[in-house]
Amino acid sequence: MNMVVCVKRVPDTAESEVHIDSSGKGIETGKLSFRMNDADNYAVEEAILIKEKIGGTVNVISIGDEKSDEQIRMALAKGGDEAVRITDPALEGSDGFALAKALAAAVKGMEYDLVLTGALADDDGCAVVGVALAELLGVPHAAYVKKVEVLEDGKRIKVGRELEGGLMEFLEMDLPAVLTIQTGINEPRYASFKGIKAAAKKEIAVKSVADLGLDPSEVGEAGSWAVLESFSYPVVGEKAEILEGDPAETAAKLAAILKEKGLV
Amino acid sequence: MKDIFVLMEHRRGELREVSLELLSGAAGLGGTVVAVLLGSGADDFAAKAAGLADKVLYVDDPMFENYNAEAYQKALSALIKEHGPGLVLMGHTGHGVDLAPALAVELGAPLVTDITGLEMDGDKPKPVRQYYGGKLDAHMVLKDADLYILTVREATFQAAEPSKSGEVVKVANPVSEDISYRKFVEYVEPEVGEVDITQSALLVGVGRGIREDKNLPLLEELASALGADLAASRAVVDAGWLPADRQVGISGKTVKPKLYLAVGISGAFQHVTGMKGSEFIVAINKDPDAPIFGIAQVGIVDDLLKVVPALTEKIKELKG
Ligand SMILES: Cc1cc2nc3c(=O)[nH]c(=O)nc-3n(C[C@H](O)[C@H](O)[C@H](O)COP(=O)(O)OP(=O)(O)OC[C@H]3O[C@@H](n4cnc5c(N)ncnc54)[C@H](O)[C@@H]3O)c2cc1C
Repeated sequence: MNMVVCVKRVPDTAESEVHIDSSGKGIETGKLSFRMNDADNYAVEEAILIKEKIGGTVNVISIGDEKSDEQIRMALAKGGDEAVRITDPALEGSDGFALAKALAAAVKGMEYDLVLTGALADDDGCAVVGVALAELLGVPHAAYVKKVEVLEDGKRIKVGRELEGGLMEFLEMDLPAVLTIQTGINEPRYASFKGIKAAAKKEIAVKSVADLGLDPSEVGEAGSWAVLESFSYPVVGEKAEILEGDPAETAAKLAAILKEKGLV
Repeated sequence: MKDIFVLMEHRRGELREVSLELLSGAAGLGGTVVAVLLGSGADDFAAKAAGLADKVLYVDDPMFENYNAEAYQKALSALIKEHGPGLVLMGHTGHGVDLAPALAVELGAPLVTDITGLEMDGDKPKPVRQYYGGKLDAHMVLKDADLYILTVREATFQAAEPSKSGEVVKVANPVSEDISYRKFVEYVEPEVGEVDITQSALLVGVGRGIREDKNLPLLEELASALGADLAASRAVVDAGWLPADRQVGISGKTVKPKLYLAVGISGAFQHVTGMKGSEFIVAINKDPDAPIFGIAQVGIVDDLLKVVPALTEKIKELKG
C-alpha cells in the first residue's frame, strides 16, 4: 500500500493568549510554541500502522516554510519514508481550496493508494482540505474517519466515520481514496531515538508552486474561495464570576458557593 | 435575490434539528427558501420541512435512505445545475463536512465552512467563523460567483415554530447510474459503559489540563468527596485516560447535571455543546482567556493541581 500523509505545523494556542497582529489578519506568534496538528499526528500513526501490517510506503507532505521540517522529520522518525515540503511565498493567504490544489499537484506525481490528512486543522478549523483534495484527484473520500480496515483484496477499504453522538457510520470504498483522520483512532507512538537520528539525515524535497506545474494565481488569496478580511475578538456574554485569592481561599469560596446552592 | 437551497439532514428515521435551524436562519436572508430533501419514504420529513420553507424539493429513492457522499453529491449537483440557486446551506456536521468540499470543487462554488454568523450583501454571503478553538472570530470575504456554499455550525440559528406551508414538489431522482465506489454498510452505536453520565446529578469534567493520567486520582478524590461522577473532554478520551462513554460533547454525550465542574477544559464549542445546558457551571483553568469562562457562572483562574486538592479538603470539611 503506497500512502501519502499530509501534515501541518500549527501554533499551540490552547493555553496561550491569542493577540491579533497589526495587519488585523494574523496573530502575534512570537510567544507561541508550534507543534504538529493534532489530527495529523493520528493520520501519521494510522499510515505507519497500515505499513507495519501489510507493507508499503509512507510519503509525507507539508505546506509551510522550513520550520515545518520539524514536523516532517517527526513523521519520518516514526516510520515515514520520503518527504516533500511545498514552500512558496505565493501560498500566503491560501484557504483550504488553494492548499488542496497545491497538495493535489504534488500527490498526482506520486504513486498512491491511500492519502491521509487530519480531520481538521487546529488553527483555522476548516475541515476542507482532505475532501477537496479527493475531488481534485478524482478519487473517493471519507471524512472524520476513526476506523480503517484494508480489505483482503487490497483494492478496497472499510472505514468507520464518527458522527454526532459518537455514532459510527461504516462504509466500503474503492482505492485509491482520501481519508480525513479523526483524533482517537489510534495511540500515536513516540519516535525512537534511532528513528529521530535516521530522520535527521533524510532529504526533504522542497518544491515551489511552479515546480508542481501550478501558476501562482491558482494559490494564495487569488486562488482561494474566500479571503480572511479581518480578525476580531469574540464578544463573550456575561463572563464567569472569578473567585480571587490563593488556592486555599478560592477553594473555600467555591465550596461555600456549592453549599449555598445545595450542591454539597 | 436568487433561491437559497437548504439541505435536509436525516439519520436513522429522524430529521436532524440542524435542518430546521437552517431553514429558520435562511428565512431571514431574503431569497426563496427551498428545502432539499433526499430521502426514502420520507414524506413526514417533507411535511416538517414545508412548515419552515417556501418550497420543498423532494427526491424519494431508496438510494437516499442513508447518507452517502457519492449519491448525495451527484443528486445535489444535478439539482443545483437545474434550479440555479445562489446559495446552498448545510450543517457543519459529519454529513456536511463529508459532502460540501467535494461539491464545491465540482461546481466551482466558493465554500466557507463552520460558520457561526451570516449576513448577506445582495446575493453574496458575508460569513463569520472561528479560528484558534474559538479564541478569534474571522470575517471572511468570498470570491464573486454565481453560487456559494456554506456549512453552518449547529445552534447558530434557532429552529422557529412552523409558520409556512411550502409546496412539496416531488422530483425524479436525477441520479440514474448505480452508486459505484462508496457503499454504506451499517451504523454502530457507541459502547455503553458502567456509568451513564447523562443521568448524573453532579459531574466533574476532566480536561487535557490534567497533563498526565497520574493526576487522575486527584480528580477522582474530588468527585468522590462531592458524590459526583467523572466526565471528560475528547482530549482525555483520545489519550485513553478515561473511557469513551465519559465523553461530553458533540461526538459524545449531552449532559444537563445540576453541577458541571470543568477542570482543565478549554471550552471548545464541540465540548460546550454537550454541557451548556447544565444548571450550574464552574470552571477551573489557569488561562484567564479560556472560552470556558464565557459559559461558566463561577470560575477560578489557577493551577488545578493546587486548587483541586484544596477543594476536596474543603468539601470533606463541609460534609463533616
Ligand atoms: C468533529 C469533532 C468532534 C469533537 N467532539 C468533541 C466532543 O464530543 N467533546 C469534546 O470535549 N471535544 C470534542 N472535540 C475536540 C474539541 O475541539 C477540543 O479539541 C477538546 O474539547 C479539547 O479538550 P480539552 O479542553 O480537554 O483540551 P485543551 O483544549 O487542550 O484545553 C486544556 C485546558 O487546560 C488548561 N490547563 C492546562 N494546564 C492547567 C493547569 N495546571 N491548571 C489549570 N488549567 C490548566 C489550559 O489552559 C486549557 O484551557 C471534537 C472535535 C472535532 C473536530
